[in-house]
Amino acid sequence: MTTFKGKGVYGAIALGKISVFKRKEASVKRVHVDDIEAEKARLAAAKEESARQLSEIYEKALKEVGEANAQIFEIHMMMIEDDDYNESIQNIIETQSVNAEYAVAVTAENFAEMFASMDDAYMQARSADVKDISNRIIRNLAADDVDSGESDEKVIICADDLAPSETVLLDKDKVLAFVTAFGSSNSHTAILARNMNIPAIIGAGEDFLKAIHDGDFAGVDGYTGEIFIKPDDETTSRLKKKKKEDEDKKRLLQELKGKENVTLDGTKINIFANIGGVDHIGAVLANDAGGIGLFRSEFLYLESSDYPTEEQQFAAYKKVLESMAGKKVIIRTLDIGADKQVDYFNLDKEENPALGYRAIRICLTRPDIFKTQLRALYRASAFGNLGIMFPMITSVSELEKIKAICEEVKAELKADGVAFSDDVELGIMIETPAAAVISDRLAPMVDFFSVGTNDLTQYTLACDRQNSKLEEFVDTHHEAILRLIEMSAKNAHEHGAWIGICGELGADTTLTEAFLRMGIDELSVSPTFVLKVRDAVRNIDLSK
Amino acid sequence: MVSKNVTIVNAEGMHMRPAGMIAKLAKEHPDTEVTMKANGKDIKAKAIMQIMAAGIKKGTDVEIIANGGNEQAVLDEFVAMFEDGFGE
Repeated sequence: MTTFKGKGVYGAIALGKISVFKRKEASVKRVHVDDIEAEKARLAAAKEESARQLSEIYEKALKEVGEANAQIFEIHMMMIEDDDYNESIQNIIETQSVNAEYAVAVTAENFAEMFASMDDAYMQARSADVKDISNRIIRNLAADDVDSGESDEKVIICADDLAPSETVLLDKDKVLAFVTAFGSSNSHTAILARNMNIPAIIGAGEDFLKAIHDGDFAGVDGYTGEIFIKPDDETTSRLKKKKKEDEDKKRLLQELKGKENVTLDGTKINIFANIGGVDHIGAVLANDAGGIGLFRSEFLYLESSDYPTEEQQFAAYKKVLESMAGKKVIIRTLDIGADKQVDYFNLDKEENPALGYRAIRICLTRPDIFKTQLRALYRASAFGNLGIMFPMITSVSELEKIKAICEEVKAELKADGVAFSDDVELGIMIETPAAAVISDRLAPMVDFFSVGTNDLTQYTLACDRQNSKLEEFVDTHHEAILRLIEMSAKNAHEHGAWIGICGELGADTTLTEAFLRMGIDELSVSPTFVLKVRDAVRNIDLSK
Repeated sequence: MVSKNVTIVNAEGMHMRPAGMIAKLAKEHPDTEVTMKANGKDIKAKAIMQIMAAGIKKGTDVEIIANGGNEQAVLDEFVAMFEDGFGE
């Protein structure tokens, strides 16, 4: 068994035979031509055919992946018609008396290089688009038919990289998965793959290409990004099991998708998802969550070697808000410290980091960091339905300081003429016993509470989460914790705030009924648990 | 000849989609020649590759120049599209 690891761009499991993607890589030779007019006519015919094919691909993509993602092919059509591009091709044919294939290849190379040399990752990726359209013209000049899969068997398509048009043209009834050695999650291919629900891994590495052969059995885990070539029995049975669970879950999704989170007696609740990165939005939507109840902003700091700028943060927040298209998105401000350390923060080693300098405590003592994040959040608020949540609150005065800083940020934005939403909800985590006990004082100051049960458990029971020896003492259903939640819910409602649970306990379906009886308004769980919780809610009868 | 200055408001600058929209609009008005001046370069509005290659970022000032045909109306259409942030 040989294992390769790349980045999974769509979570699903596949087991089957490998088919190495063969591109009709028309090798281009430089040939002298005497009849330049005939060569130009040949080029015109090939261009016309390319435009016709692209418009077919556009129509196909429109149906399969929607207008936003199909647009690329409309742009490809425009690129084929571009004057500079065509002048360059014609020029080479005329001045050098060479064949059209060669002229297209040289032009493609020049334009691709121009994009590749730009200081912008997005534009660099566009050189692939120039090559894609050029190869299409060259194939049409050679009058090659595009091969559309010879075998009837379903296969795992393996390739160096797949151009957007190649991905769309794959006959999906015959594709189990695809794995590419290169490519980025920014590429259109990755985006299209996600939308087409094909298990896919990109960036498996150059060695992967050498290890694959047509007909070899392989297993693909799109969740972990792993591909196992000739997997051993243990791996095969593990993947089979995971595949079945995955399929059962997706079946449940089909049954429960679009259904309300409502109990048998008509009580409705929101079920949102917890995520820790922009990459996970796909999972949120795929599992039909009603919103994002906890977006951990730490990834921006953890993945960075220096403080992320306002622009970087703004771009990430805006993307999440836009992707969620008006559904609630609650972003939690920086929660660094304790078990999440970042070098450039230069935090001291602490005896008890969980009880230490972390989260809001860093933000309130280093307001520059906090204000950068809040500015980015408020700017992004113009693009969707944002809620901002603050972690590790223990007192009224902390909340007063936070709200004053928020007002400062809003006033600055207003003075700068920057748009932001007036409807941003502000909320706090209830994750310290202190916050729960004084929730009657905190509730009038916020729009919502969200109970972080993991920290609330650790602090209430005085049990370190990292210490495995304490497992027998950690009773997550401890009456003290449930009472603190119930008390917080009562106080929230008395002051017109809503309350959710975003800790692991939210997904514990043995407690769902108890939470509903307390009046919990929202449960935010990992995307994969959304439907399990929806199923539980739909089988509860609170009238009994 | 008429012209107007605009500033790019799109966070990602004039990337592929805006470039496509500009070129498309330019082609709808073949009688008017539309040029954009940005970062000291002249860019033809109908030349999608030129627009993409210019890599114009957010905050860049662009002068839009329309010449010939129904030039004022065409210019207004372009300006509106830029100011709307290309619908983003």
